Amino acid sequence: MDSTVRRFVWGGFLVAIGVALLLSPFASKSPDGLDRVAEDKGFLKKGAADAVCPAPAPGYEAPWIATDWLSTSVAGVAGTCLTFGLAYSLALLIARRGNRSINS
Amino acid sequence: MHIPDGFLDAKTWVTLDVVSAGFIALAVRKTRRVIGEKQTPLIGVLAAFIFAAQMINFPVAGGTSGHFMGGVLAAVLLGPLSAVLVMSVVLIVQCFVFQDGGVTTLGANIFNMGIISTVAGYYLFRVVGHLVVGDGRRSVAVFVASLLSIVISASACAIELAVSGTVPLGVALPAMAGVHMLIGIGEGIITVAVLGLVSRVRPDLLEIEKA
Repeated sequence: MDSTVRRFVWGGFLVAIGVALLLSPFASKSPDGLDRVAEDKGFLKKGAADAVCPAPAPGYEAPWIATDWLSTSVAGVAGTCLTFGLAYSLALLIARRGNRSINS
Repeated sequence: MHIPDGFLDAKTWVTLDVVSAGFIALAVRKTRRVIGEKQTPLIGVLAAFIFAAQMINFPVAGGTSGHFMGGVLAAVLLGPLSAVLVMSVVLIVQCFVFQDGGVTTLGANIFNMGIISTVAGYYLFRVVGHLVVGDGRRSVAVFVASLLSIVISASACAIELAVSGTVPLGVALPAMAGVHMLIGIGEGIITVAVLGLVSRVRPDLLEIEKA
């Protein structure tokens, strides 16, 4: 990777971490567009009461942290790192298989 | 707009799981042809940024909130099919780690927010870019495409709810499209701002080969 791309990627990653860490506690808690419509039109109750598959941090909160804002910040940073890792790995995997098929 | 488990019936969510899986396979094949050393880390950092930005719900009218989606941002930078991959990774993490969006409805959520928003958004961006003239035409095209990508995604969601028998189309469609028109304005502003920043820092990233 050339160094200017590396700098852009690190810069972008730090911005993402900053957003997850510092802005996420200030996010509006109001229902989103779909939840609002579901509530107004009376189908909110159709949503499954129990999780089909238990998630480690439901609702973007790290369950082992009691302080609300910190819990959200930590969940956000963890999710941002995980998303970066997964997407980058997927891209590397695709790139490697792509190059191999060109060489063969 | 993440659909939870229970809102869609089995025929609808199974169909959309299959359709989305097919699109992801196609996106992998197309991305493989163009991917180079610029795209690989960009895919990672875009997914991370979109994940983080999606956490920030902003208030819109009447005790309702919305958040940035990022489909057009990813599509303009990487092309629509690589953008499908970026959005899919974000939605998969949101579903399995944060229980945002159901497991059965993951395919529907990928279809609405990962495929429709990126593919329709990208071609809207191209078409509007050709129709408008002048200095700000790129920004106008980005804004219009971003706004409409949200409204189109929300309309697809309304159609899926109606097909599932959850709510009549005549009720769901105007309600979903209406509220997402407002959220779409936020989407447009954020996408124009972020792309403006990218074009100032690294204009070459807007010119990389797209999939």
